[in-house]
Amino acid sequence: MSVSETSATPPAPRRWQGVPSVPGWAFWVVLLGVTWAASHYAMDIYKALDARWIIRFPAAWQPDFEGRISAGMKWLLEEAELFGILFRDVTRAIARLIEIPYDLAVDLLVTGVLQGQGQQAQQVLPPLSWIAVTYIFCALGHYAKGWRLAALMGACFLYLAVFGQWASAMLTLASVLIAVPLAAVGGLLLGILAFRVPMAERILRPVLDLMQTVPIFAYLVPILFMFGFGPVAALAATVIYAMPPMIRVTIVALRGVPEELGELGVMVGATSGQQMWKVLVPAARPTLMVGLNQVIMLTLNMVIIASMIGAGGLGYDVLTALRRLDIGGGVEAGLAIVVLAIALDRLSQAFSARTVTLRASQSRGGWAMRHRWLLSSLAVVLVTALIGLALPWVQTYPKAAVISTGQIWADAIGYINVNYFDTLDAIKTVLLTWVLLPVRQFFTGIPWPWGLAAITLIGARVGGWRLAALVFALTGLVVLTGLWTKAMMTVYLCGVSVVIASIIGIPIGILAARNEMSNRVVGVFIDTLQTLPSFVYLIPVVMLFRVGDFSAMIAIVAYALAPAVRYAAHGIRSVDPQIVEAGIVSGCTPWQMLRRIKLPIIAPELLLGLNQTVMLALSMLVITALVGTRDLGQEVYIALTKANVGQGIVAGLAVAFIAIIADRLLEAAARRMRNRAGGA
Amino acid sequence: MERPVLLECRNLWKVYGHRPDQFLKEHGGNPSGDALRRAGMIGAVRDANVKIRQGEIFVIMGLSGSGKSTLVRCLSRLIRPDAGELIFDGQNILPYTDKQMLDIRRRRMGMVFQHFALLPHLTVLENAAFPLEIQGVPRAKREAQAREVIELVGLKGREDYYPSQLSGGQQQRVGIARSLAVEPDLWFLDEPFSALDPLIRREMQDEFMRLQAMLKKTIVFITHDFDEAIRLADRIAVMRDGRIVQVATPQDLVLSPADDYVAEFTRYVPKSKVLTMGAIMAPGAAAGDVAGELIVTDRVEAVADRIERADGMFNIRDEEGRIVGHVGRAVIIDILVGRSSAA
Repeated sequence: MSVSETSATPPAPRRWQGVPSVPGWAFWVVLLGVTWAASHYAMDIYKALDARWIIRFPAAWQPDFEGRISAGMKWLLEEAELFGILFRDVTRAIARLIEIPYDLAVDLLVTGVLQGQGQQAQQVLPPLSWIAVTYIFCALGHYAKGWRLAALMGACFLYLAVFGQWASAMLTLASVLIAVPLAAVGGLLLGILAFRVPMAERILRPVLDLMQTVPIFAYLVPILFMFGFGPVAALAATVIYAMPPMIRVTIVALRGVPEELGELGVMVGATSGQQMWKVLVPAARPTLMVGLNQVIMLTLNMVIIASMIGAGGLGYDVLTALRRLDIGGGVEAGLAIVVLAIALDRLSQAFSARTVTLRASQSRGGWAMRHRWLLSSLAVVLVTALIGLALPWVQTYPKAAVISTGQIWADAIGYINVNYFDTLDAIKTVLLTWVLLPVRQFFTGIPWPWGLAAITLIGARVGGWRLAALVFALTGLVVLTGLWTKAMMTVYLCGVSVVIASIIGIPIGILAARNEMSNRVVGVFIDTLQTLPSFVYLIPVVMLFRVGDFSAMIAIVAYALAPAVRYAAHGIRSVDPQIVEAGIVSGCTPWQMLRRIKLPIIAPELLLGLNQTVMLALSMLVITALVGTRDLGQEVYIALTKANVGQGIVAGLAVAFIAIIADRLLEAAARRMRNRAGGA
Repeated sequence: MERPVLLECRNLWKVYGHRPDQFLKEHGGNPSGDALRRAGMIGAVRDANVKIRQGEIFVIMGLSGSGKSTLVRCLSRLIRPDAGELIFDGQNILPYTDKQMLDIRRRRMGMVFQHFALLPHLTVLENAAFPLEIQGVPRAKREAQAREVIELVGLKGREDYYPSQLSGGQQQRVGIARSLAVEPDLWFLDEPFSALDPLIRREMQDEFMRLQAMLKKTIVFITHDFDEAIRLADRIAVMRDGRIVQVATPQDLVLSPADDYVAEFTRYVPKSKVLTMGAIMAPGAAAGDVAGELIVTDRVEAVADRIERADGMFNIRDEEGRIVGHVGRAVIIDILVGRSSAA
């Protein structure tokens, strides 16, 4: 410590760069030029050389990844056994484990306890009445924060009842209620394992990295294969999808506990179990609660998407509405999802931010006073159940009082389409002809040998030979699967969307950072955008622009906007105020300040935001397959409908590879930029 | 009579780097600073030898990076030293297993941390009772014990507060209460007042001295503040670059620093703060009027006013009550104005 302080730190060794002697701009210009030429003249080259393999990777060279994976899965399911236990029995056991609590939750919230089968079923006990559920959430809201949150909860659940979405919403809620504890506890335990056992972390980390980049649909395929079509498969997929962030947050949270607290545990003689559960986990609680919030939101997102494999609920309503082009129904169900998402988000956020003073004030008073919300909730449940036997409207919100907005929405969209069709169509046509189609032509035209070479060169340029090797290997695998053209289609759609999202998002972010007021307004807007399950974005887009690349692009931009805004705002806000003051003293105009001082400083931050935008765009891409794109997302979607495991996994991994390549390249570029700026 | 030794370390080493035990073995257990540097190792604690006696306040003083924090963590076995012996109450506890250490820590050691290390989700009472909870003491008993120590540190009435509702000084009082709850024999304080602002720090030092006058614990106190060290210490160990440069009473440290490094610290210390009557008295009983009597261990600062105000000499008695010397106004004034002849 003291020894190294005296000696000056040696200059960092220059990284090996693939093309060291070429100046920066020349490298990129030449690369772009050659790529454009290769793309444009690919046909001519192929004809001149009579080498069709240049533009189409020959099927004979492709190893049969799909078939082998499918066969492997089949073997796993039918023959594989471990210690004499069939794998099939294991999946069945897991299914039972999920099914029992799920059935209970559904009984409680939707159907009530039934006796008998099918049509002859008799309701023995009614489900919780709509009044009781609403009251319980109000009580939770008050307990977590106060009257305002209680009011918000009440408003949200009343909305669901009044606008006729109650049954579907409760089905979705039941799934969330089961999946969240499973994912949270599982994530916590795995996180603890990784924290304690370095080996476990080394195994988990790459798995987590991969899971973060594999598109959601790709999970669905093997799970569908293992568990069959139905709510159990949907729940299994949901739990798997929502767990990784919890694992990550747990590791970070435990590492973030001040070292002194760990030492305290040792000094008072805590056993390793006491150390974990009495010191570390409670001390890490605030961060862990943030993870729980993420788990809840991801669960909701996935429960909606998993309606495709039989989860039912609001997601199913949206899906059927989309398929029937039932505008009103789609918007209604979509809004219900939004309302549910906002309610769950605010509630879990309030729980994670619950202050000590609040807790102290709640722990005062006698037993009945301290438990007044629990007691009153129980009372409301009992009373409404009893009264509900006599007055059905107490038990179930009366159909007659349901307000349907479906027609209003259908009319509104109809009105827009009738009156503004020309404008909308013109916008669409202009963007299609001048942006989307040329870019698509450029990307899909690139012959794979040059594409492989170009991406490797880029890798070498920004990150050295290790990165180049990684990028080469991943791209090579994509080529080998024969999905090159579809991959390029993915890159094109994702690329265009990311660029547009950045063009819109970065200025908004810069604006948001200007003052507190704009920050709050933009903050609420962005938070809401991020809370919404990705499915919801499709609804208005399809209504206005129908299916196709353009609709997909709009939906992706809307979904991927948030990180661009957030990172730009955060970057601007974290610029050292002294540098800003130095700028003011030098007489910079606000514009000069932005362009000459702030933007160059926050450039690495912007790249990281771009990285997040790319990740979100890729995950959304697969969902937009529903509106008829022809990229890898479509491939996964087809695999899902055909339950073709091999195809699904291969296409899913291809998307994951693209994500990994983009992630590593952008990260390396950001690092390079930071080093150049002189930061450590 | 020397008091018995409670904790002793002999040739203690803690080296960071690649395979420290092998490195130490290769260099005969005593590598030089050069050897360390060449191997890219960091010698956080190098060949430390200290004896901590029952009931004394032993201060380890050093600047940041000097290894004092590592040393105290080696002494409490929070960190396992790479070589040497660590003798607690006559037993070498260095090879003890975690399970054996558990028992010693639960019953015989307490520690106060620089940043308090309070558990944010527990109240003051629960924090203070925490070490007892870990031992499985029933709730009623541990809370009664915790209430006692909370009263001792002057926080009575705040038992139900959470740490975030307290000021820094109050938080550290909770930390002190917690470390005292198990009635430890050996009390580690790792820069307990460094995170507090100067006024509060002063107040907490007084509080600490008041507690120690009552409890008479054996204390290992870490600080980077030399003023704090001479104010509190019976003996001080000065550390630099992982080595203990000198171990001495505050007075000896000021009067005869072992090297320039120590001298640099002591140069601006007002002598009146460290010098005792024993160091400045003239031998023999005073001739003529005697204004009063003092003890050899009285520090100049504490008694200067009395001596100045009186006209006559003061006789000085040693701990056994014999008169061993005398002190007059002139010597005291020399010291107070910094005339060098005094010491």
